[in-house]
Amino acid sequence: MNSDTCNYLDGNAAAGELSRIFTMDVTAAEGCCAQCGTIKRFAEAHLYMQCPGFVARCPACQHVLLRLVNVGQQVFLDVRGLTYLRLNTA
Amino acid sequence: MWRIGTVVALQDETPTARTIRFEVPDWPSHVAGQHVDVRLTAADGYSAVRSYSIASAPNASRLFEITVERLPAGEVSPYLTQDVMVGDRLELRGPIGGWFVWRKEQAEPIQLIAGGSGIVPLMAMIRSRLSTGNAAPFRLLYSVREPKAVWYGKELQSLSEHDPSISITYAYTRATPKDWPRPPGRIDAALIANAAWPSSIGPTCYVCGPTSFVETAAALLTASGNSPDRIRTERFGPTGDRK
Amino acid sequence: MAITSRGFSGRRGTTDAKLPPGQYLTTDFPVLSAGPTPRVPLDQWEFTISDGSQVLRRWNWKSFRELPTETIIVDIHCVTRWSKLGTTWEGVSLDTLFAGVNTDAEYTMVHSYGDYTTNVPLQDLLNKQAWIAFRFDDDDLAPEHGGPARLLVPHLYLWKSAKWVRGITLMQEDQPGFWESLGYHIYGDPWREQRYSGDE
Repeated sequence: MNSDTCNYLDGNAAAGELSRIFTMDVTAAEGCCAQCGTIKRFAEAHLYMQCPGFVARCPACQHVLLRLVNVGQQVFLDVRGLTYLRLNTA
Repeated sequence: MWRIGTVVALQDETPTARTIRFEVPDWPSHVAGQHVDVRLTAADGYSAVRSYSIASAPNASRLFEITVERLPAGEVSPYLTQDVMVGDRLELRGPIGGWFVWRKEQAEPIQLIAGGSGIVPLMAMIRSRLSTGNAAPFRLLYSVREPKAVWYGKELQSLSEHDPSISITYAYTRATPKDWPRPPGRIDAALIANAAWPSSIGPTCYVCGPTSFVETAAALLTASGNSPDRIRTERFGPTGDRK
Repeated sequence: MAITSRGFSGRRGTTDAKLPPGQYLTTDFPVLSAGPTPRVPLDQWEFTISDGSQVLRRWNWKSFRELPTETIIVDIHCVTRWSKLGTTWEGVSLDTLFAGVNTDAEYTMVHSYGDYTTNVPLQDLLNKQAWIAFRFDDDDLAPEHGGPARLLVPHLYLWKSAKWVRGITLMQEDQPGFWESLGYHIYGDPWREQRYSGDE
């Protein structure tokens, strides 16, 4: 493996950015991939952030789970790739 | 939600790594393994944000520490490791993260695997265990280039000498101390078999470091029988433009 | 409201009158990607032009490399604000690839290996404005920079220059691609600083 095949981080790296939107912790939330049905903690998503936004991908099938782009004072959020996120209120 | 932290102390861990202690008036305390985001803003409004794991144990004070490694092509790390002075005020967001954490209520054996700067959140876990009197046995496998690249060396040595329930194994990848039994090399199945908890004990494993290291280590752990849901990972890497 | 960090200026080069607004000069070549680098063996690579229901043109690597090529030197501008001047590429002009293609479609969607897409008006791909590039700086295009081949449309922001290009689909109406559907400008002219949807 080299820096090219490992050009991603994980859901932990997006947590600060997502904390602006979600009041509950996202990293421990279970997410279900809308493409392959794999259920994993969001912390385990492969996170690509060296691009014009944040892109979280399913570690099993690489499907895009979530995308986020900051445009000035606004945030564009696409969560179509998640069938659900199961967040803990506690 | 950005808070302002004041730099109250600086400590070089190695020639290229520095620990920064912050005081934050309304700091809500943290759990071992969490990180903070640091935001730097230039006079013209340009800003850069980077994440750093908290190195210190949770405590009731308004103080916590991060350890930053200077990346040669970095945009933020040279500033934090060379330019920052005691008294400077920086913007901080956090503490962040609810998955890659160790809580003092956990009683099971813990396997920590650190690659390079990945030692930081694991050190917070070790320090937290100590300060809370938690008795769970810990094993740390710390992969690092060479002896002088080790962070928190004296503290780790003191721990392994005085606390039999913490055991530390170093894996040197480029250069070893004299007469070291294992030649330089990356972690492998043999090292996991010799130095990590047997999977039959059911440890919770925390792996942290560069992505390629984490993928390798996590795969070794599952190959040796650990269930994927007992393995928690945190990947470190460049977050500015890669060159 | 952000506080200023004493003495921090960040990684910016000197500004230059030749740069589009808001850009800074870099001498590196940053690698940006929204996903894993596709690995495309050359014996499986192909490039197609389609009208949405039919493939109009198809090349494999051998037939693609038999086409006439050009060496071009262009400036490239990334929406993340870095610009790189005087970059050298070798590629096949889109004019060559579209020769003889009859269409009244005005728009295209460019598809990459992986799932990346970006939309470019057909007129912006023609008239010596775009290439399928397979060499950069005297070397085969590296996978992390889009190799085996990428689209190169230097008069638009670099996110339009789709890496790992696999085909172009003609469209009757403009549709947003990967980034255009999430806040980025549908056209992306760096000289008018069209970074985001809503920018004039």
